[in-house]
Amino acid sequence: MMASSYNAKEEDGHHSGSVGPGGAGAVKSRKPDNTAFKQQRLPAWQPILTAGTVLPAFFVIGLIFIPIGIGLFVTSNNIKEFEIDYTGMDPDSPCNMCINSTTPCRCSIPFTLEQPFENNVFMYYGLSNFYQNHRRYVKSRDDSQLNGDKSSLLYPSKECEPYRTRNGLPVAPCGAIANSLFNDTLELIYYYPNKSSMSIPLVKTGIAWWTDTHVKFRNPGGNNNLTAAFKGTTKPENWQNPVYELDPTNPENNGFVNEDFIVWMRTAALPTFRKLYRIIQKKKDNLTPTLPPGNYTLEITYNYPVISFDGHKRMILSTISWMGGKNPFLGIAYITVGSVCFFLGVVLLIIHHKFGNRNNNADIPN
Amino acid sequence: MEKYWKEVRVGDFIRLRCNEILPADVLLLSSSDPDGLCHIETATLDGETNLKQRQVVRSFIDLDCEFDPSKYNSVIECEKPNNDLNRFRGYIIHRSGRRDGLYKVNLLLRGCTIRNTEEAVGIVIYAGHETKAMLNNNGPRYKRSRLERQMNVDVFWCVIILLVMCLFSATGHGLWMFQYGDKRPVFDVLSPEGTGLSPVLSAIYLFLTMIIVFQVLIPISLFVSIEIVKICQVYFIHQDVDLYDEETDSHLQCRALNITEDLGQMQYIFSDKTGTLTDNKMVFRRCTVAGVEYSHDANAKRLAMYQEVDSEEEECTSHGGTLPRRESVGSHQSSKVVLRSHSTKSHRRTGSRAEAKRASILSKHTAFSSPMEKDITPDPQLMDKVNEGATQMEFMRFHSQPLSQLPSDLSDIIDFFIALTICNTVVVSSPNQPRQKVRMRFELKSPVKTIEDFIKRFTPSRLTSGSNSSSLSSLVTNRSSSNRGCSSILSSPSAESTLTKLNEERLQTGRGTSPGLLEHAFSPVPTTTVDGAKPWTLGEGELRYEAESPDEAALVYAARAYKCSLVGRLPDQVTMELPHLGKLSFELLHTIGFDSTRKRMSVVVRHPLTDQITVYTKGADSVVMDLIRPPTDDTKGKRQKKILYKTQHYLNLYAADGLRTLCIAKKVLSKEEYAGWLRRHLEAETAIHSREELLFESALRLETNLHLLGATGIEDRLQDGVPETIASLRKAGLQIWVLTGDKQETAINIAYACRLLEPEEELITLNAESQDACAMLLEESLRYIQAKFLCSSSAEQSATKTFQQQQQHFTPFRIPSPAATTSSSTAPFLVHRLGLVIDGRTLAYALDKSLEDKFLAVARSCRSVLCCRSTPLQKSMVVKLVRNKLKVMTLAIGDGANDVSMIQVADVGVGISGQEGMQAVMASDFALPRFRYLQKLLLVHGHWCYSRLANMILYFFYKNAMFVALIFWYQFYCGFSGSPMIDQWYLIFFNLMFSAFPQLITGTLDKDVSAETLQELPQLYMSGQNSEEYKPYMFWMNMIDAFYQSLICFFIPYFAYADSDVDLFTWGTPITTLALFTILLHLGIETKTWTWMNWASIAFSVILFFAVALGYNASCPTCYSPSNPYWTMQRLLGDPLFYLLCLVTPLAAVLPRYFYRACQGSLFPSPVQVGRQLDKLPPDTRRNLLSLNRMKVGSLSSLFGPRPSLFPFSGSFPRGCGLRSPQTISTSTSSSSSCNKKQERPGGTKNSKGQETRSSCQSSKQAGNHIPASGLRTESEGQPHRQGSPRPLPGLLDPTEESLCRPPYRAGACPEPSALQQSGFCQLGNWTTSTPLLPPSEYLPLTAPPSGDAQNFPPAASPACTLLPFEGGDTCHLSSDCMAEHGHVTTLL
Repeated sequence: MMASSYNAKEEDGHHSGSVGPGGAGAVKSRKPDNTAFKQQRLPAWQPILTAGTVLPAFFVIGLIFIPIGIGLFVTSNNIKEFEIDYTGMDPDSPCNMCINSTTPCRCSIPFTLEQPFENNVFMYYGLSNFYQNHRRYVKSRDDSQLNGDKSSLLYPSKECEPYRTRNGLPVAPCGAIANSLFNDTLELIYYYPNKSSMSIPLVKTGIAWWTDTHVKFRNPGGNNNLTAAFKGTTKPENWQNPVYELDPTNPENNGFVNEDFIVWMRTAALPTFRKLYRIIQKKKDNLTPTLPPGNYTLEITYNYPVISFDGHKRMILSTISWMGGKNPFLGIAYITVGSVCFFLGVVLLIIHHKFGNRNNNADIPN
Repeated sequence: MEKYWKEVRVGDFIRLRCNEILPADVLLLSSSDPDGLCHIETATLDGETNLKQRQVVRSFIDLDCEFDPSKYNSVIECEKPNNDLNRFRGYIIHRSGRRDGLYKVNLLLRGCTIRNTEEAVGIVIYAGHETKAMLNNNGPRYKRSRLERQMNVDVFWCVIILLVMCLFSATGHGLWMFQYGDKRPVFDVLSPEGTGLSPVLSAIYLFLTMIIVFQVLIPISLFVSIEIVKICQVYFIHQDVDLYDEETDSHLQCRALNITEDLGQMQYIFSDKTGTLTDNKMVFRRCTVAGVEYSHDANAKRLAMYQEVDSEEEECTSHGGTLPRRESVGSHQSSKVVLRSHSTKSHRRTGSRAEAKRASILSKHTAFSSPMEKDITPDPQLMDKVNEGATQMEFMRFHSQPLSQLPSDLSDIIDFFIALTICNTVVVSSPNQPRQKVRMRFELKSPVKTIEDFIKRFTPSRLTSGSNSSSLSSLVTNRSSSNRGCSSILSSPSAESTLTKLNEERLQTGRGTSPGLLEHAFSPVPTTTVDGAKPWTLGEGELRYEAESPDEAALVYAARAYKCSLVGRLPDQVTMELPHLGKLSFELLHTIGFDSTRKRMSVVVRHPLTDQITVYTKGADSVVMDLIRPPTDDTKGKRQKKILYKTQHYLNLYAADGLRTLCIAKKVLSKEEYAGWLRRHLEAETAIHSREELLFESALRLETNLHLLGATGIEDRLQDGVPETIASLRKAGLQIWVLTGDKQETAINIAYACRLLEPEEELITLNAESQDACAMLLEESLRYIQAKFLCSSSAEQSATKTFQQQQQHFTPFRIPSPAATTSSSTAPFLVHRLGLVIDGRTLAYALDKSLEDKFLAVARSCRSVLCCRSTPLQKSMVVKLVRNKLKVMTLAIGDGANDVSMIQVADVGVGISGQEGMQAVMASDFALPRFRYLQKLLLVHGHWCYSRLANMILYFFYKNAMFVALIFWYQFYCGFSGSPMIDQWYLIFFNLMFSAFPQLITGTLDKDVSAETLQELPQLYMSGQNSEEYKPYMFWMNMIDAFYQSLICFFIPYFAYADSDVDLFTWGTPITTLALFTILLHLGIETKTWTWMNWASIAFSVILFFAVALGYNASCPTCYSPSNPYWTMQRLLGDPLFYLLCLVTPLAAVLPRYFYRACQGSLFPSPVQVGRQLDKLPPDTRRNLLSLNRMKVGSLSSLFGPRPSLFPFSGSFPRGCGLRSPQTISTSTSSSSSCNKKQERPGGTKNSKGQETRSSCQSSKQAGNHIPASGLRTESEGQPHRQGSPRPLPGLLDPTEESLCRPPYRAGACPEPSALQQSGFCQLGNWTTSTPLLPPSEYLPLTAPPSGDAQNFPPAASPACTLLPFEGGDTCHLSSDCMAEHGHVTTLL
């Protein structure tokens, strides 16, 4: 035993003597691989946050944001917007009489535009305090039904309860959202300076998302003979007309694909919202403004009750820019953030000047 | 009959064979050994691999016939089962009515292995769970990391927040409903049944709804993520090549996957000694005989070589390790390094590797027989003297002259080696059958038979070694030729003895070659051939020695190197072999074993040559030196006194080197003296009652008036890098306790060797015999400690008072809470240079409920604690006590089965996967191949794991809170109806997918500081100990930040889309996007290391979100009610507003945090941040800085303040002072401007003006004191204990409080208008005291070299060196003693 171990030893010595230390590598060992990843030595960028190092970032942010903010602010200010509240809460308001009326009631509110509205003008109706985002309200709809699914038409989803069936018949469209469809009618009449008046043409289509009107919402059985398609259903409780008679002027705009309906079905995010109602298209000649300054009258068919939730109804006329409607906030936000960054940058500069130098000196002796 | 262990019952008789493991606690009744002995190895119990002797019960020894269980008819009465391994009491009552005592030596403990005994029979006393070994093992404990415990508290807070939010929403909803009264708005949808709900009822429903909506706040995914991150961390720890041990081909094993981060928070380390700190290898280093020191330089070289080879291998394997790591290993090595050539290097390495391999094989068979221990290179000078002495003795014997004519120094040398050889209990075993006793009698009359035997046995090895014998013989010519010359002249009369001689000589040559060649191989000239590696074989067929304690073995091996080898041991006879004299058989009259009270052992033998009765005593120097009585006779007495004096001198030197010292003495008894002693000894032996006491007295009577022969220095080989590791861990603020089963002297020696105890430390030794004595001792030491620190603490108190009066004027913003000041003053025991040594028995008393507090108080005030002779259970009790009472994180490290319970009890158990079985490893959470790996494991991996996880947890809380708060804000705008604006799938996927990967990558890979810096600056570890990455307030700060960010993320889109025609989910989607961007940016700010993986994961997150959103929004026009987000994202991507929002919102959201981080980095960087800054420096600069950090004290020491917030405040102090006098301003400003890193740095080198003013001031106060810049620092020396004060209870004292209890010195010094140096002191106070967490010694190396020296003052002097309380309007006066010392200190500069 001893002899053999001696020989083994000798061999061992010769072996490694001739092969050298590299020979040891051939022996399978459990030694971990010496790779950058396994040894946690991956090349890395190690930013150190000190006043000195973050200074540029603050100034750069400041310098970029302030111009953007100014640009946005100016853009937003160039947008013309006119708003009129026709709720009629004010006793002097022409619509005051309609508040408690249960039958359709018409009222008209005169107003004056000081400035011309160029290009396409968008006409919105606005509601306040209307919680379209209420959890139970939001889900009270049946998307398959709205997509024209026959079975859903006759057997609406449970989500629509308690607006699912009425008098034993399925409601089409079912659900609380559809039931509470905004049903005021707004018309604009322009009074020429010579006192003659003209009803301003309001375009009813193109106000909803293209995908909504063409993909999401479909009439059962196509757009032919809607009356037959909706046979066996009943209109929602609050509606005056069934869904296939929503737009008497344009048969294409009836049923579930009615754009007013589609716009309404897109539930607003916040309790105060506006929804696109009509588009006043720009004049073809492009010389006269779409809405020249002057006197107008807003003719309202007052149907929609808002008194129960202290709501307000508004009509808004607005042009739009590349960034949407009038909203100076974003511009202000950019300017504010930019300024704050710039200010903090200055603070950091002071800190860096007063304390930072010493750091660097300490780190790099002499 | 064979049975399972579990079937063994009390009262069973058990027959055991050699190498069997005991199944139960067995009373030894019979042994095959004729002397009624049985050897056991207790490695599994106490980690010691040596053999212990057990005796057959006295009344059974005399049985002539074989033991027959059926005839056994005695009754055994014994104690109830207990866990004391070192105690057993009982009686055996024979039928005759005779009572015999049963002792520990009769009991074989479960788990031990029978060695060297063919057969033993015993009766089971305790079985199963009642065995002592089992009672010493506690069950495992479920471990949860401290971070997770802390996290769970915050999870609980999250629940509270959730409930509050839900309650708020429910109330809001109720009120919202209520305001409508009976008017039912159209959007308030009725219940399916068409009935309305009352506000109260709907509020209750809503509460439940909200719990579901907000449940994301409870970070369920956090637990999953933590597990994933931990697994990755474990993987990386596994893969660390630095934790791989090439020798054993093993690397670190993480056995517990859930407590990696605890490694970064350790505060106390409890270490086993044997096998953990040491290799359990005793190596003979040097000796002094008759007052002459033999330094054994060649031997030292050889030993240095062992280490060198190790370090060389390390250098080869480690990448980038260009720096020589182990320059300081041995002084001998430095000269050699230059001369070393490549060829020798390589062959040396191979030699050592093969040797190591062989050693590991060998060590499985025999304890204490690694070549390192066996191959001792004799000192040539001593060797010559031995030869000379032996030759002369032989000559005298031949000419039958009385041996007393031998010159006394030579006879001392011969006696010295005889004592080394025979004064022990070493058992000789033959190499072929390792654990078998050599049972041959070397009769002087008939040696032939034996020698034939020898020849037979040795021939094979001789043949194999013959190939190189020619070169060998030439190398050893000097010695062997002289030997031969002698032998030929003194040819022995009989043919037999000639044969003996010849064989002996051959043997000697063979054996001699090994040291000879060895010496040659490592001489500076690299002439050796490959053959040089050969001598390390075990081929010589030497005898193996098995000893009870490793140092005995070491001594026997040492003696063998001088050819005085032990050949055989029988109960009544010891045979040894001397050069030229051949085998000598000593009649062994008595062996008086070692005990810890006497601290020595003796043998009484009849000297075969002189026929005198001689007592050889070997023992601890402290006791043996006192027993030396120089003869009264004039010349001899003088010589003896001289020898005594010289030996004492060398002993001190040895002790300073950390060697275990033993004194060897002898005494010649006249026949009459012996007879007298023997009579009483026999009486004692036969006594039944108090036999032990009588024997003890008898031993004392014998060991008197000794004649000093010499002393030996044995090195208990520490594992590589142990002192460095301990120093480094100490610097990291870890308190290290050593709990060992070893005896006190050994433990203390090792503690010195591994720098656990410093020579200048004062030792408090607690050895008590009873509970009361223990209580008294503890009281006394408490009083002592109190007295020691009384003045300093009173100074602190009054200074605090002064400070409180003054601080209103100067520091309105910092008002110390009363709690803080009281805690500082009531924390009575401050770490000082004290070491505590306590033995097992005392420990048992001290761990009693009534005393444990006192014990802890004492232990806490000591810098190092050493528990000796502790049982496994005691170890675990100590750990438990410290863990529970001090509320600190404990780590236990050990290698043996005796450490298992300690390992299980500690927060983190580390096992050394060493030689001693796997029990410790199996019980441990982490298994290390070597102790030194603990350093990297804790300092680097522990720190990383902790900081990564802590940051990740905080981030998780933040992330969830931020996301949920978005929905919460929305409730204000949806009538608290519980409606989320974020699509349900986004809600689900947000945590699961979109934001999951970056944080996992960061949690796994982020490195706040590089591994190198962490190891070079162990102080950075303290951030983990103080939980600085994750403090309770941080959770709330993060929550506030989360709410702020969510406000931004909610309200910017809110206002941007206010009163527009946006619909619910077209508005919610940008918010989701913004939230994602914000939390990614937030993560970016918190990420310290950006590897490509971080970039990739963030990019992946963003891309994934958009891909999922686009796919999801295009997938189905009618599904996903109620959100039905068809084409939403597509539209948003065409909306410029969306991009504008994405740009401004996340930036605005993270702005405060970004700004805060930047300010923090500049104004009050945490130590870790400074460490990171160090990382960024070019390597050269960095190295300079780190090596120069002694000079650049301020910059570094100030890094390690307890809290970053300290810095701005402390910065204001000098200025506050400066306002008082214009001159002060100049001082403070100049110093602060030259302070390179923090203003607290005191000038260091450049501050010439400040220095002058200060030093002039100083010298005016104390003439003759030259105090350069660093002299100011000496204030810190005055209060080392104060700085250390939080050390003992870091868990209890909040660092804030520490920082608060410090200001007295500054503020006390500040208002003095007169003294210029006050401001200097002020400043000093600022930076010195901002390092309170460092125990003095740890702190000092970082500061200035002189302060390190200052620590070397005798501790007794330091209490005097305290600051007197500052009185208002008085100058800052130091006591004159103190000043004198400061002067001294500074001159040391």
